[in-house]
Parts: sequence; structure tokens; C-alpha cells
Amino acid sequence: MMAAPDYNDVLKVENLKAYYQTKYFGIEREVRAVDDITLTIRSDEVYGIAGESSSGKTTLIKTFAAAINPPLRIVDGSMTYNFGGREVDPYAVSKSELDSLRWRNISYIMQGSMSVLNPVRRIKKSFEDFAFRHMGLSWPQFWEAVEAHLKLLYLPVDVLNAYPHELSGGMRQRVTIALATVCQPEFIIADEPTTALDVVVQKDVLAMLDDIRKRLRSSVVFVTHDMSVHANMADRIGIMYAGRIVEEGPTRELFEHPKHPYTAHLVGSLPRIGDTKRKPALDGRPPNLAEPPTGCRFHPRCPLAIDKCRTEAPPLESVGLDHRSACWRSADVVPLTTIPGVPTGGTV
Amino acid sequence: MLTIIKDLFKYNREFAVGFTLVGLIVVFSILSFFSPVDPTLLYVEIPDLAPSADYWFGTNSRGQDMFWQLTFAFRNSLTFGLMVVALSRVISITVGLLSGYVGGWLDRGLMFVNDIFVSLPIFPILVLFYFALRSDLNTYNLALLMAFLGWPFDARLIRSIALGLRHREFTRHAVFSGMSPRKIMFEEHLPYVMPVVFSTAMANMIWAIGLEVTLAVLGFTNINIPTVGTMLYWANNHSAMVVGVWWWLVIPVIIIIMLFLGLFLLTVSLNEFIDPRSRLRRMGG
Amino acid sequence: MRAYLFFTLKRAGQLLAVIFFGISAAFFITHLSPIDPVDQAVRRVTSRSNFSPAAVESMRAALTELYGTDQPLGTQFVSFWSRLFRGDLGPSLIAFPTPAMDLVSRALPWTVGLLLTAVIFTWLVGNILGGLAGYYQNNRFLKAFGVVAMGLQPIPYYIVAFILLIIFGFLWPVLPISGGYAMNVTPGWNIAYILSVLRHAILPAMSLVLVGMGLWFLGMRALVSNVVTEDYVRYAEVGGVNSRKIVGMYVIRNAIIPQLTALAMVLGGIFSGTVITEQVFSYPGLGSLLIDAVNGGDYSLVLAVTSVAITAVAGAIFIVDLLYPILDPRIRVE
Repeated sequence: MMAAPDYNDVLKVENLKAYYQTKYFGIEREVRAVDDITLTIRSDEVYGIAGESSSGKTTLIKTFAAAINPPLRIVDGSMTYNFGGREVDPYAVSKSELDSLRWRNISYIMQGSMSVLNPVRRIKKSFEDFAFRHMGLSWPQFWEAVEAHLKLLYLPVDVLNAYPHELSGGMRQRVTIALATVCQPEFIIADEPTTALDVVVQKDVLAMLDDIRKRLRSSVVFVTHDMSVHANMADRIGIMYAGRIVEEGPTRELFEHPKHPYTAHLVGSLPRIGDTKRKPALDGRPPNLAEPPTGCRFHPRCPLAIDKCRTEAPPLESVGLDHRSACWRSADVVPLTTIPGVPTGGTV
Repeated sequence: MLTIIKDLFKYNREFAVGFTLVGLIVVFSILSFFSPVDPTLLYVEIPDLAPSADYWFGTNSRGQDMFWQLTFAFRNSLTFGLMVVALSRVISITVGLLSGYVGGWLDRGLMFVNDIFVSLPIFPILVLFYFALRSDLNTYNLALLMAFLGWPFDARLIRSIALGLRHREFTRHAVFSGMSPRKIMFEEHLPYVMPVVFSTAMANMIWAIGLEVTLAVLGFTNINIPTVGTMLYWANNHSAMVVGVWWWLVIPVIIIIMLFLGLFLLTVSLNEFIDPRSRLRRMGG
Repeated sequence: MRAYLFFTLKRAGQLLAVIFFGISAAFFITHLSPIDPVDQAVRRVTSRSNFSPAAVESMRAALTELYGTDQPLGTQFVSFWSRLFRGDLGPSLIAFPTPAMDLVSRALPWTVGLLLTAVIFTWLVGNILGGLAGYYQNNRFLKAFGVVAMGLQPIPYYIVAFILLIIFGFLWPVLPISGGYAMNVTPGWNIAYILSVLRHAILPAMSLVLVGMGLWFLGMRALVSNVVTEDYVRYAEVGGVNSRKIVGMYVIRNAIIPQLTALAMVLGGIFSGTVITEQVFSYPGLGSLLIDAVNGGDYSLVLAVTSVAITAVAGAIFIVDLLYPILDPRIRVE
């Protein structure tokens, strides 16, 4: 069930459960956004998390970043980071120790960088607030390092003196990436970093992210619903549905030989050159995480569903090398598009 | 609607307290309709009697039963407040919706006027009116005046909502279907504006009664009508504290504080209920 | 910079418009009065003592000339404004023949002093405490403070002042309850005077602070509760930025911007409150002056006080508006 032992694991998550628990006017409700997740992130890899909205993927990475606020609570399970041999459970350490991890070891690129930077202060102040205390450098040395970092990412140095509203959306996102990587963290969480951008800027931003990641040899957990971005960036992908991981494996493997009907659908929904067939839409609506379906959570919308799927939830088990899937009929899954002459799941 | 009130009462402590306080005082005022005494008569009872079983709130130096006086006083003050609120709602809704929907020079002109009104210190101006009109300034004129001075704040709020609505789909549909602007404003947009109207109405009520009390205490209103403020005026006039007739001042003040506190708590809890973000905050943690 | 200058000019224009309309309105209101100021003045003066008919007539003539009531309204309006520019509003009646403007300018510093200290103190302290209360929602002291503030806030200024008067006047007389300074102290820049002034200002200031604090505290607390959910605050928390820095530079610094707008809107009300409070404590500011003027039927003085009040409030709002771009860099470029 776990990865082969010769990899270095940066993050180990075991049976993690995080629920939103609300109580209002006497009505109690529990939204099971993250419901029993077990996975491992290795060092120097890009792990993509895919899924539609309300699959729980944003909540999952909030738990990675230890950015949990009530009414969201960790209900069960554990999470352990490994930073160069030092093992840390972010939920077991003191606040000051956690704060020293933040940004230095775990950094976060947030969704919609329109407003992640303090609007009333200049960019350089944000760098100072987030990064100065970690670098252990003197004041002038710090700014030298920051400028060097910006140059590395092809950003103009005078962006430091600007206010956030003076920059374009793409520029702001690039600045945010620079900010998130200036302390050279081992673990970077990127939450839909390109969703709000137009396609041309998207390409630039992704290239920048890829470049800096390779330089730092950090791991990146990349969350997006856009499968083409995953195809481009991710080494491995975990597909989430209704708070659970339904399939996980190397990108190419997932695209060419998906072993879960949902994955097949997601992968099949990407347009490919030469493909003229109509794309089938998925029946039904995303599940209600407060009252999820019984058994396999995907069964109401699954074209391969059988009686067993309604009553028993399939476990996440190995279906190939480094490839897991949670489906009773994983062997029966076929990719949804075939183009004659082109191997199935060809790259975009 | 009733279930909302019941729910609020059960789960929102501020609402419960506010509702109770205001409710008590409203009931108290309604008692005035059953009063056995005429509040305008003087020296009907033995003056300066401390509160007792016969006279629950005692009697004042003008020989009146404090209990019944106060029922009338609160009834008049509350009615006054309601008058001001109703009038100023009408003005602020009209101005706000017009300004936000029609825009252009009408908007600029109305907001210009609005800004002028906001910058004016209201109390000196009311005093000025009293100075000019003296006894011509009766309750209705005063209510009208206060309504005219009290609309700018809320009109701006309503205007900002109307501005947002102007560009929404359903407004465009209404325009294309040939609905007259007046109909659009008052049938389509009004419901969106109602929550703000309601919550600002409470605040406006507090303001209006507070100002009336202040003016009356200084003797700048018709002091022969029993209102909360005029009671305090007469108490001061007869040097109640010095003479030792403390109940003439202390009891009205306590009930006034209860009323304002109650209205304020209602405002705060209703505001919190209406704003979806604060409602969300109450759900968590 | 140029945008700021343009903004300032626009606001200055608005300021002048307010002053013009306000004071003109005051002028017209007094002229609306069915009461003839000359008659009223004469009646007042003659009620106190006896005058020969000839003296009454000459007084009437002088007053008519002074108030210009025998001229058409338009001429009166123009002459009113021209005299106002020269700072002359005629003599006051209650302190005849002292010019009304003199009385006003003597009272103005007291009001301004009281108002400024009360406003700046309550705005700063109220907002900062409210900001902390909004961020550290479980702090018991801040929660208790909030309850007290909420309790005091809706009570009209007059009542609070009155209660303080009763407490400190009758129950526990440790603070002076009337006057601007003790009677046996000579005014001037000496320690005794300054101390006396401060002592006498305590109660009126306390009254204003008690009522005003709640407004800012509660408003800021609500604003902060919303700002705290903003992306840049969450991001700073995820980034491990120092907690105190978050509260100060991220939360409060952003939440206080609408509070500045709010300040501009309520300055009129705070001024009214100051004026009322002064009256309770017989503080020698514009408030007491106004009430005395009204009770004394002093036409010029009432007009003078109202004009100065309008100018002062409009001017204060103008200054607050000018501060706005300094706080919010987003509106500096327009």
C-alpha cells in the first residue's frame, strides 16, 4: 500500500479525517470534507491532486498547511513531515515551532492571488514579514538575497516598491510564487495557482514554478481541476472524489490506463488533436458531503456500478506498480477516447 | 417569519434580551390606554410621595402619579420615534432607489445634497428651529423636521445596494420587457433593500427618541405633552434631586436606559442575522 | 501627487458649498420665524426694567437698523454675508454690547479642545481595542469591555452626562461638575490654571468617551471579524507571520479605513453630543452659549453660534476626508 522504500518521503498522511462541524439554531451538521485519506508525498516530485469542486481537495491541502480553523477540525488520523531526517507532526508541536516551519519548510501558493498580498503595504514589506526571520541574514544581506531570487525568476527588482493593486494579475501571481520560494522550502503547496489567469500567462507561471522547483529540488503538491495542467506538471496524480482518494498513480499511467471510472471520465474529457468524437457527460451532481452516498461514493454517477458498489465502499488498493485504485471493477475500466493510430492517453 | 423570531429568541441571547426589554416597555406604554387618570392634569395627587404600594413609582412635585405619567410619556415618545422612522424611511428609500437606479446627474445631484446634510450638525440646527418657531414647533413638525434631517445616512446605504442591482440580469429583463422605472424600483428592487431598511430603522428610532429627549430636557419642545424628555425637564425645573424627590429622575432614567439598550440589542442582533458572513461566523467554533 | 491635489480641490469646493448652504439655511430659518427679533428683544429688555417710551422707540429704531428688518429679505441676505466675511454679526443681547462673535470666539476653544481630545482618544482607543477584540475573540477582558461598551453606546449623551453629574455631584463629589476652571484661579499659561482646566474637563470628556467608545469598539470588532477572513490575513497566518504584526499591520491597518469614513459621517453627531454635554456641566463652550442665547432670545448670538458650528463641523469632516488617501494607497491614483 505504501510507496517502494527507496524513495525519500517528505509527507506521510495516515487515515486523515477532517470535518466541518457546525451547530446553528439547534441543528448540527457535519461535512466530511476529508474522509480517511492515506497517501505519501516524496521529495523532489510534483504530486497533483485532481477533482471537481467540493471534492475536498482544498480542505486536504489546508490540513497539509496546518491552516485549519474552526468549524473545520481534524477528527482522526495523523500527518508527519520529514524535513531532511527531522520528523514533525504539525498538529503535535507548539505554535512557535509550527511558525518556524511555516515558510521555511512548508510554503503555500494560494488560489486567486488577487488578494493574498496586504493591499495597504508595499511588496517589499510582505517579503520582510514572511521571510526575513527565517533566513538568518543581516538586513542588507537579506535584500541582496531577495533581489537575487527575483532575478532568478525574471522578475524586475522594482516590483518590491509597488503596491499589490499596481501589478497585473499575472505579475501578482509570479510575485507570490517568488515570495513562496524565497526561503527555499522543501514542501510547496500550490492551490489552483493558474485558475484566474488567461492561458498565455498560465504558461509563463507554470514554467516559472517548474523552473524554481527543479532548482530547489522541493516537492510540490499541485491542486487543480484542470487535467491539462496536471498532464503538464505532475509526476504523480491523486484523484479525489467526495473526500476520498479514488485513484493515485504516475501521470502517464493514469492517462493511458486509468483504473477508476471517474479518472477515465476526467482524463477523457480533455480534447485531443484529431479527436472528433463527442464527449460523454457525467450523470448526476457532486455529492453532498454532509450526507454522502452509501458504499462507494461514486456509485450514483458511475457507468460501471453494480449492486456491491451501493453497499460496500471499495478500499484503495494496488492495481499496478505505484498505482492504487478504489473500485470493485478496476480491471474493467477502459479509457474513454481512442484515436486510431495514436496510443491511448497521448499527451496533450 | 414567526419561526425566525422564535429561533432568534432561543439561540441569540442579544436578541432575546433586546426583545424582552423592548417588549416590556411597549406593554408598559399600552397600559396608558387604560389609565384612570388624565395625564395633563396637575396637582391631582399629593405631591412628592415616595414609591409605595399605592403609587408604584411615587408622585412628582406637580402632584401627578408617576406610574401613569410614565405610561403616557413612553407611549408618546415611542409614537414620535415611529413617526420619524416611517417618514425618514420613505424619504431615504425613494432617494436611495432613485439615485442608485437612475444614476447620472440625478444621482450626482442627490448625493451632493446628501453630503451637505451629512456635514451639518443636527442639534444646533434643531435648536435654531426651536428658536425661530417657538411654540409653533409641535410634535408633528418636529417629527417631520427630524425625518428631513435623518435620511442621508440610510439613503446612501440603500443607494449602494441599488447600484449593485442595476446591473443584474433581472433588472435588464425588466427593462427590456417594458416595465416602468417606478415599477422596477418599487416592485423588483425594494425587497432587496428591506433588510437594510429594517435594521437602519431601529438605529433611526434610537436616534430620534434620543434627540427628542435631549431637546425636551432643555425645554425646547412642547413641554406640556408628557414625553420622556419633558418628564426630565420638569424634574430639573423643580430641582428634583436637590429636593430629594429622586424617583422623579431615577426611575424614568432607568426605563429610558432599558428602552435604548433593548432597541440597540435588537439592532445589533438583527444586523448580525441579516449579514450572511456574520451568520456564518456564529455557526462555527 | 497631482491626483491628490485635484481631490483636495474638489473636496474644498464641497466644503465651501456646505458652509454656504448651511449658514444660508440658518439665516433663512431665523427669518422664517413669525417672531420679530426686534420686538422680542425690546420686550425682553423692557420686561426687566422700566424705560420711557422715547427710550423704547430709539431702542427699537437702533435694533431695526442693526438687524435690518425693515429691508427686503434679499438685501438682508447680502448684508448678512458681507458682515459675516468681516466676522461681524452684531452685538449679543444677553451680554450687550459685546459683539456676538467675541463671545463665540471665547467659547470656541473650549468646545474644540473638548471635542478634539474626546474624538481622537475614543477613535484611536476604541478602534484599537475593537480590533484586538475582533482578532482575539476569546480574551475575557476584551469580551467584558465589549459588553460594557454595548451597554453604554445607545444611551443619549445627555443621559450619560446627567448620570455622571448625579454620581459626582451628589453621591461622590470628588470632581468639579461645572465651569471650565476653578473660580479662584487666574487664566493664563500657569500650572494652576492648566491643572484646573484639566480637572474640570474630566467629567465632560469622560461623558463623551463613555458614549463614543462603544461605537468605535463595536464597529471595529465587526469589521475585523470580516477582515480576518480575507485572503491576505489567512495567507499571513499560513506564512507564519508574527501574530502581533498580523493584528497591527494586516488586520487593523486595513479595517480602520472604513472607520475613517465613519468618523466623517458621525462628526456632526459627536459635535451635537459635545454641545449637549457642555450644557449639563456648565462648561463654557459653544453648547452653553447656544442654550443661553436661545433662552435669552438673542438672535445674533444664536445665528453666530450656529454659523460657527456649521463651519467647524464641515471643516473637520474636510480634514478627515483629506486623511483618507494617506491611509488607503489604493485610492491615491484616480
